[in-house]
Amino acid sequence: MTEPTLSVRNLRVEIPTRRGVLTAIDDLSFDIAPGEVLGMVGESGAGKSITGSAVIGLLEPPGRIAGGEIRLAGERIDNLAPDRMRRIRGRRIGMIFQDPLTSLNPLYRIGDQLVETILTHQRVTTGEARRKARQLLEEVGIPAAETRLSSYPHQFSGGMRQRVVIALALAADPELVIADEPTTALDVSVQAQIIALLKRLCAERGAAVMLITHDMGVIAETADRVCVLYAGRLAEIGPVRNVVKHPQHPYTIGLMAAIPSLSGDPDEMLAQIPGSMPRLGAIPPGCAFNPRCDYSFSRCRAERPEPYPAGTSHAACFLHAPEALRQAPSDILQAATAAGISLPNTVDGAS
Amino acid sequence: MALDETLNVARSNEARPLVEVRGLRRSFDLSKPWLNRLIERSGRVSLTAVDGVDFSIREGETYALVGESGSGKSTIARMVVGLLPPSAGSVEIDGTDVWGKKSPDQERRMRRKIQMIFQDPFASLNPRWRVGAIIAEPIKAFGLIADASDRAERVGELLSLVGLDPRDGQKFPHEFSGGQRQRIAIARALASDPKFIVCDEPTSALDVSVQAQVLNLLRDLQQRLGLTYLFISHNLAVVRHVATRVGVLYLGRLVEEAPAAELFAAPQHPYTKMLLEAVPDIDMEGKERLAIAGEIPNPVTPPPGCHFHPRCPARLSGCDRDIPMPQHVGNATVRCHLFDPR
Repeated sequence: MTEPTLSVRNLRVEIPTRRGVLTAIDDLSFDIAPGEVLGMVGESGAGKSITGSAVIGLLEPPGRIAGGEIRLAGERIDNLAPDRMRRIRGRRIGMIFQDPLTSLNPLYRIGDQLVETILTHQRVTTGEARRKARQLLEEVGIPAAETRLSSYPHQFSGGMRQRVVIALALAADPELVIADEPTTALDVSVQAQIIALLKRLCAERGAAVMLITHDMGVIAETADRVCVLYAGRLAEIGPVRNVVKHPQHPYTIGLMAAIPSLSGDPDEMLAQIPGSMPRLGAIPPGCAFNPRCDYSFSRCRAERPEPYPAGTSHAACFLHAPEALRQAPSDILQAATAAGISLPNTVDGAS
Repeated sequence: MALDETLNVARSNEARPLVEVRGLRRSFDLSKPWLNRLIERSGRVSLTAVDGVDFSIREGETYALVGESGSGKSTIARMVVGLLPPSAGSVEIDGTDVWGKKSPDQERRMRRKIQMIFQDPFASLNPRWRVGAIIAEPIKAFGLIADASDRAERVGELLSLVGLDPRDGQKFPHEFSGGQRQRIAIARALASDPKFIVCDEPTSALDVSVQAQVLNLLRDLQQRLGLTYLFISHNLAVVRHVATRVGVLYLGRLVEEAPAAELFAAPQHPYTKMLLEAVPDIDMEGKERLAIAGEIPNPVTPPPGCHFHPRCPARLSGCDRDIPMPQHVGNATVRCHLFDPR
């Protein structure tokens, strides 16, 4: 197997506050292979964006990486000095943020911003950089690229601005692109265009993508694999089709059923998960999801589950532990099977 | 023909319209100050946010307005509840003209029947007031319950009605999550015993699992209290779950209106088709997607004729010249030259 572009191992992010240290990300591990799109989903406060910030070394103080490793193509980047990290950012990791207006400088022409980015990261002449800038604008589908180079950001519409931001992120041919809610500020009809563009350009360049969004629809369309976060912890990770169609973690099951879709019976009530995600300061002991879970049993309240293999996915849920069949009450096992959870085959895992 | 007639009879027998919106228009003046206009020799600039919108909502029904940003959905909502005066047109609720001349007493009786739920539950609740006081405010304002302890009891009832604890009235809004705050906003809207509630993007600030709770609550309350909703949203999947009728807006004009089931099963207007096409495919059935071109144009300088013609895949020769008139297509009303009678 080739080396993953991004490898995150046992990442722990802490935020010291006056009332104690909050753990925003707790023991999170995942890989992104070259050319792969990994979707990061979760509700607000689940830790999606913090994971992205930790990877690019832009955690907002006092937040800090308190444990674990982040490797970019095998090289450790979580403990680099700020100036060395700065050289990686933009060149090897491109970034796309939610609001295109905040990532563009309103006082500089689009062309100048692109040329500056290219000159910072590549050894080319100004003339070449300008030609490359025009080519990039054409690639992201901006008509009349030559004249648009001398426009200011406010002269572009929201969708066009996001295209410019994508051009900026891809200017240095990065290995990894982190897209944090790239379409949330856009209208649906524009959203579809931007997703398609991002996916196509990254595939052409073989760049790995970490796509952070709360919109499962966007993930379903774009991602190869999905990582579902809950209260700063991994709930489930697996191929997108399996996670969307056959979710294995009770939280993912609830989440998928709660999304209104264009198929299915509109007269039926939507499935709902009772309660809401705990705040970081009040995460319950054991599995963070256990108070809201229909299938929880004694072990869920006492211990914290690690990700267990669940079909082709991995789910941090004791129902997938090898000893589940022995430990969980039979009515819960039955209910879980009915909900589509594939329980382990062996009784004690010692087969 | 016989089928049409039976349908018409069935429709007239149904509940009468509670809300009637006729020829609603609103333009905003974006002109620079007088002196600047004089120096720069520029004229007045105006933006027509809502351009002649007609619709009616029957009692007990949920009418949804969908559209992208800048389509005029929220402007319509504000004119319907009486927060923003229209430039032209009328809004009648239960036989009373919202913008007509009325005695203060009539005004109060009408206002009581209309309530609104806003998008952002963090901005719509006063952070310095206890939840109980927030919910009691409409009861006090309309003088519904004079006695303080009876009022407190009613607040407790309202809190349990929206799934909160009656004791939560003692708390402040910051002690609640987004979904719980939206429940408080709903309880406040119900406090004056309204018939008609305008919901302006009530779930777009919420996470999906909480969104489902609030949508289910709204539906449950409608069934129990016989409420009528005007539901504003940009999310088609949400609209499909709540609406009985849907109106699709594009740059201030209603381009299509149809019963929800029909609109989603057989959209007629090219813009409606495009919107439905653009919804991400959560079912992963690998549906073919049409390429969608362009973005909503600047509403200050909308394209002439049919506003949608520059993006329309089915454009005809006259579309950039003539404004399409509403045409009936089955149960739908569509403004598109494709359906013009020959």
